Amino acid sequence: MTMTAVLALAVGVFLVRLAGPLMRSRINVSERSETLMKRGAIVVLAALVVTGALFADGGFAGWALPAGVLVGGLLAWRRAPILIVVVAAAGTTALLRLGGIA
Amino acid sequence: MPPRFIPERDRGVFRDALAMSIGICIVGVSFGALATSAGLPWWIPVAMSFLTFAATSQFAMLAVVMAGGGVIAGLAAGVLVHLRHIPYGLAVGNLYWDKWWTRLLGTFMLIDQSTAFALAAGDDRRRAKAAYWITTLIMFVAWNLGTVIGVLAGGFIPDPDVFGLDAAFPALLLALVMPALKDHDTLLAALVGAAIAAATAPFLPTGIPVLLALIGLLATWPRRKPKEDAA
Repeated sequence: MTMTAVLALAVGVFLVRLAGPLMRSRINVSERSETLMKRGAIVVLAALVVTGALFADGGFAGWALPAGVLVGGLLAWRRAPILIVVVAAAGTTALLRLGGIA
Repeated sequence: MPPRFIPERDRGVFRDALAMSIGICIVGVSFGALATSAGLPWWIPVAMSFLTFAATSQFAMLAVVMAGGGVIAGLAAGVLVHLRHIPYGLAVGNLYWDKWWTRLLGTFMLIDQSTAFALAAGDDRRRAKAAYWITTLIMFVAWNLGTVIGVLAGGFIPDPDVFGLDAAFPALLLALVMPALKDHDTLLAALVGAAIAAATAPFLPTGIPVLLALIGLLATWPRRKPKEDAA
């Protein structure tokens, strides 16, 4: 990989990031489209949660990972602070793996 | 401890983001170490992290190039997994669309975490703005610091999975989107979208399934009209 490739990726990624706000600035953002765009981002983030919890390297990630995310999710639902949620999720997954559960 | 220039009301976000940054830093270490152990000179991963600031894209490109797929295929993979940032930019782009330099910097620093923290701040624009900048700047420092440490660490490649860090990221995002899911239409769209993403993930290249999740928005479309008429 060369510096040219590094710059190419940087430019490509920047253009992707630029696409959203540029589209936004071209439309008249109504309250309804604002709601819809925010909902869209939430939907993508939620999908990222699910795929991130279930899959790794193109296959099922094993039980330790979704179990940890589930513990974190339950704590978040019970309104635990974010820090607790994240530490509990990582801790659960790490301990399960330590115990031999993939 | 949050620095003094951060207003009292934003210190919660600062602390959360700072705690989160430890995980990002370790992932950065593994990126730097992986790249150098693949035979790349130190400045390649360092420049990549500094100029791209997109973990999944960088790992995707590195993986393809290391597997012998070539630079073009690596670039395609890196940009493909990044496309989810288009809906992110649509949702939070207005938070930094002020002066030319905030546009430039805000665009460059659009990441999963800054989007999620900003959306979790709710309708308060000032709080959302603060959440966006605080989280993204902390992540930027942590990611680059991690990469440099990884490069210096040479052959030692930490496995973030041992610490369960792969669970930390989805758990963080889940906690941040949860308040928005109280809205029934959003919950419905998210559930349908997540189901679509999970069902297609085993067959499609990474990056596509989370975009297909947007189809979930259609599930809420017909139900909106009657409500508006009633109002």
